[in-house]
Order: sequence, then structure tokens, then C-alpha cells
Amino acid sequence: MDLLQHLELGFGVAFSFVNLLYAFIGVLVGTLIGVLPGIGPVATIAMLLPVTYALQPVSALIMLAGIYYGAQYGGSTTAILLNMPGETSSAVTCLDGYQMARKGQAGTALAVAALGSFFAGTVATVMIATVATPLSEFALKFGPAEYFSLMTLGLIGAVVLAHGSFLHAVSMIVLGLVLGLVGTDVNSGLARYSFGVPELTDGLGVASVAMGLFGFAEIILNLQSDEKREIMKGKVGRLWLSMDQFKKVWPAVLRGTGLGSVLGLLPGGGAMLASFASYAVEKKISDDPSQFGKGAIQGVAGPESANNAGAQSSFIPLLTLGIPENAVMALMVGAMTIHNIQPGPQVMTSNPGLFWGLIASMWIGNLMLVVLNLPLIGMWVQLLKVPYRVLYPAILVFCAIGVYSINNTSFDVSQTAAFGFLGFVFVSLGCEPAPLILGFVLGPMMEENLRRALLLSRGDFSVFVTRPISLVLLLMAVALIILIALPNIKKKREEVFVEET
Amino acid sequence: MSAIRGPRDLYSGLLFVVVGALTVLIAINYPVGDAARMGPGYFPRALGTLLMLLGAISVWRSFRLQGTPITRWKWRPIVIILASVIVFGHIVQFVGLALSTVFLIFAASAASHEFRWKEAALIGLFMAVLCVGVFVYALRIQLPIWPSFA
Repeated sequence: MDLLQHLELGFGVAFSFVNLLYAFIGVLVGTLIGVLPGIGPVATIAMLLPVTYALQPVSALIMLAGIYYGAQYGGSTTAILLNMPGETSSAVTCLDGYQMARKGQAGTALAVAALGSFFAGTVATVMIATVATPLSEFALKFGPAEYFSLMTLGLIGAVVLAHGSFLHAVSMIVLGLVLGLVGTDVNSGLARYSFGVPELTDGLGVASVAMGLFGFAEIILNLQSDEKREIMKGKVGRLWLSMDQFKKVWPAVLRGTGLGSVLGLLPGGGAMLASFASYAVEKKISDDPSQFGKGAIQGVAGPESANNAGAQSSFIPLLTLGIPENAVMALMVGAMTIHNIQPGPQVMTSNPGLFWGLIASMWIGNLMLVVLNLPLIGMWVQLLKVPYRVLYPAILVFCAIGVYSINNTSFDVSQTAAFGFLGFVFVSLGCEPAPLILGFVLGPMMEENLRRALLLSRGDFSVFVTRPISLVLLLMAVALIILIALPNIKKKREEVFVEET
Repeated sequence: MSAIRGPRDLYSGLLFVVVGALTVLIAINYPVGDAARMGPGYFPRALGTLLMLLGAISVWRSFRLQGTPITRWKWRPIVIILASVIVFGHIVQFVGLALSTVFLIFAASAASHEFRWKEAALIGLFMAVLCVGVFVYALRIQLPIWPSFA
């Protein structure tokens, strides 16, 4: 079909000098924060949101997307060399990657991780390009009732796949929805929960909330412990793999890519879930599962391909339906709204250059990442020698300037600090803040669609179950809840997330 | 000891109940409308009630289920980090980006138990130059570099 035409348009946009530059900045920053433990893509994207005001919308999105998948590459470096996840999604890479490094095969592990990620990134890019058109056409059939049900499904999915207590995750989502209420009600013009503060009539800023919850809180948390970070020792070794290793690796890469692409589509899914699932699969089907945890190369190849595929395919629901399915995507919604782009199926038709340019840039970005991560690995290793006491004040300064520059008010900075404290309180009470940000972003959309759906049905709540697509979506949500309530699955879920901590 | 088994459940539950209750209380002033013509008070009341309910379950659970204890908070980094950022937000317009960056680096570094004067000063200087370069010159963000009274 006109897929080729679309890609041509996309590459045309992505290959412009400015966009290449921003793709490069994105993946560079992504790798940087991926390598550095203690700062993740959510905090970074929140930090850079204000900066994107000045950019063209397509350049802004290209850069922010690059940060997310770039972080998947960088995270593996730290996992392999230091036995410490640079990113949560590379937590499982520690298990076998670090063991390989101890045997002097760090270079091989890094090469497998980078090449597996590149393969996965390529496949995921093609997948996004192929499914985007039919999915958006399907999504055009959605009315407010369908959207409301879809968001319900998305939020429930996020809960099921969040780690920690189920009850806390649900509560955090509802709390996020409540925080989303702050600001002027679009229908009546009434300023809700603004307490007479003029800054609050526009609502809480997504950048402030996210930067506080993820950036500041993370720094405070890290400073709670006195231990010093391990400094990298030893050599990286040869950055290639033998034919024998290659034969072992490629099926794992294929499986990881497939698994990641599918799991990335699920609400609440994305890079982290994909890598955990892939590790479990590789271990299960291996001829010699006892090798896992002792430096099995498949244990690096599978999850590393999966997390990159998952990171990219989680863009699909955002780009075609306008529904963010994890905290990073929630921030992408924020970035789009900054530029007055309403995320949803109409983006593809009203803004084709932006849509296809973003997709094409993902492949280009992946190519850049291979170069950044293999030949330049020495540079990242040096970076790991920077102590945290030097790093965190620098991160703090960037956050503070970023958030101040949104509206040039000290109010935003204080608000971010308040959310930083809250974020710290939440984590120390065992409540994961990621579902909150999802609820926060979806809240206003949910209320709007609920109102519209019930206005059309004259207040009849049955519209959610009499319209077929809406019914199916709600049934899926119910199925998810039942699934998680089953004792077997509950146990499994706990096991999976235990490995991470 | 007491009957509280899950302190995390207890405190987070109480937090949710309080926020939920406040949400509903404040929404009393907002018109509710009905399902077909929802007023601005409809959704907030529903959410606040739900949050209270979820919090209550968590509180109830804290007496039933054994949970992990809460790690003691170290107040020093919490207070220093947050206060230094808030002060930064209030002074940057008057003192300028260069000096307020040096201040923030210095103050924030003091939150770590590994604080070193000379190192902090050096990083402060470096970051001030970097931030002025990146934010003011490259990204053209409207911020004064030097104090307005100088």
C-alpha cells in the first residue's frame, strides 16, 4: 500500500538536519541517563519538557522518544559492568550480564545487548509503521463511551502490571485522577480545587508533578542510604561474539523481540515488563536452565531485545488511540499538548509529517545508538566513575531551571518541591508513583468522555455495555481483575517483581 | 506490641482517606447536576468517595496483614534538598542564573554526608558556566544572568 510513501515522507522529515540533531541529542541524553543509576527516563523527560517549548513539535517528540529508547541501551551497560540496573528495565540483565563480565566477557555481553536492541528496534519500527494506519482507522469509530472504557482498561492494566501492592496501585491511580481535577472545569468554567491561587486555575503542571515525584524524590531516596556506589573495575574485553555464540543468541533475540513488541502494546506494559517476561521464557525453554544466573548469553540477549522492542511498541497506543499506557507515554501526551496537538487517531491525518517523521526517527535513532554504545563504550565507562555526590546537585540544578522556565514563577518550583516530598513519602510507604502520573494525565480526558457519553445517552449508564466495542474493552478490564485475583497468578506476579528489588 | 501489623498500609491508607475526604468536602460547593448533565461536582465526589473507600481497606488491612516496617527517614537530605530548590526558585530572578546556580549546587551538596567544600565550589562554578551557556545562550530561555541590582 502507501506504506512506502509514508515512510518516504517520514524519512524526509527525520533526515532534515535539525531533526537528526535532536534525534542525536535525545539518544545521547537517553544513553547518558540510562548508564547513570539513580535517574530514569521519566525524570529526564519531565526535566526536558519545558525546554521543548522552543522547538518544533516534531523535533521535540523525536528528542523525547530518543531518550526513552536510548535509556534502554544505556541501562544495559551499567547492568553488565556494575551489576547495578541503570534502568529498572535492565534489572534482569544484571543476572547474567554481570556474570559474563566477571568471566572477562563484558565486551561480548555489551555487543549482544546492543545488537539485539538494534534488531528489536528495527522490527518494532516496522511494526509501528504497519499497524498504525489500520489501528487509527479503527479508532475513528470510537465515541466517548469507547474512549472511557478504553481508558478504564488502560488504568486497570497499569495496576495489574505495576509492582508492589495491588491495592496501593489502585489507590495511587485514583489519587492521580483526583490531582487531575485541579484547575478550571472546561464545561462550567469553575475553578476547582484552586484554593484561590491563580497559578492553580490552570491545573497542576505535568512537568512539575512528574519531576517532583520522579526526579527530586529519587535524589532524596538515594541520599537516605550511606553506602558508596561501586566503582567499575576490570576490562571490557573484545566487543564481538563468536559464530558459536551467535548461533545461541539469535533465536533468543527473535523471541525477545516478538515478546517485547506484543507486551509493549498492553496497557501498563513497556520496557520493564517485556524484559522480565523474556528472561522467564528464555530460562524456561533453555536446555540447561542451571546456566542462567551464571552467565548465560541468552539471558542477556532476550531481555535486552525485549526491553527495546517494548519501549518502542508502547508508542503505538499513544500514536493511534491517544492513550498513554505508562508514565513515559503520559509525559509524551504532555509534550504534545504543549504544542497544541491533541493525541489521538487524527494526528496521523492532520499531522502526517510529525507522525511518520517520529516513526522514521526511531530507526535512525537506533542506528545512532549502536554507534554510541559500541565504539564509544569507553566514554560511558569513564562516566561511571563520577561519584553520586557530584552528580545529584547537577541533576537538581537542571530540574530547577527547567521547571522555573515553564512560567517563570517561583510557584512552579515550590510546587515541584512539594511533589518531591510527596514522592518520597509514597515510596517509603510502599506506593509506586508511576500509576499516579498515568491517572493524573488521563483524569481530565476520562471526565470529559464520561460526561459526553452520558450526555448522549441521556444519563443512561448502560451505554458502556450496550455499545459492542466498549463492552469488549470493559470485559477485558474485568478479565484482568479476575486474573490478578487468582491465587496462582498473584503468587507468580509477586515472584516476578521480587527479583527486581 | 500493638495490633498494627502493616505500618505502611496504615499510613498510606490514612493518607488516602484524608485526601479523599477533603476532595469530597471541597466539592460540596460545586454543583453536582445529574448523570445526563454532569456538573463540575459530579466526578470529584465520585473519585473522592472511591479514594476514601480504598484508603479504608488499606487501614483495615494494616491490622490483618503483616507488612514491612517503614525505614526511618533521614531529615537532613530531605530538608536541605527541598529548601535549597525552593530558595533557588525565589532568588533566581533577582540574583541571576549564575549566582543562584552556584548557591543551589553548594546548598544541595551539603545534603550528602560526603560533602567537600572545594569540590562543591568547583562544580558550582562549572555548572554556572554550563547552565548559562545551555539555557540562556543555546535555548534562549528568558533569565537574567547577573543580579538585577548590580
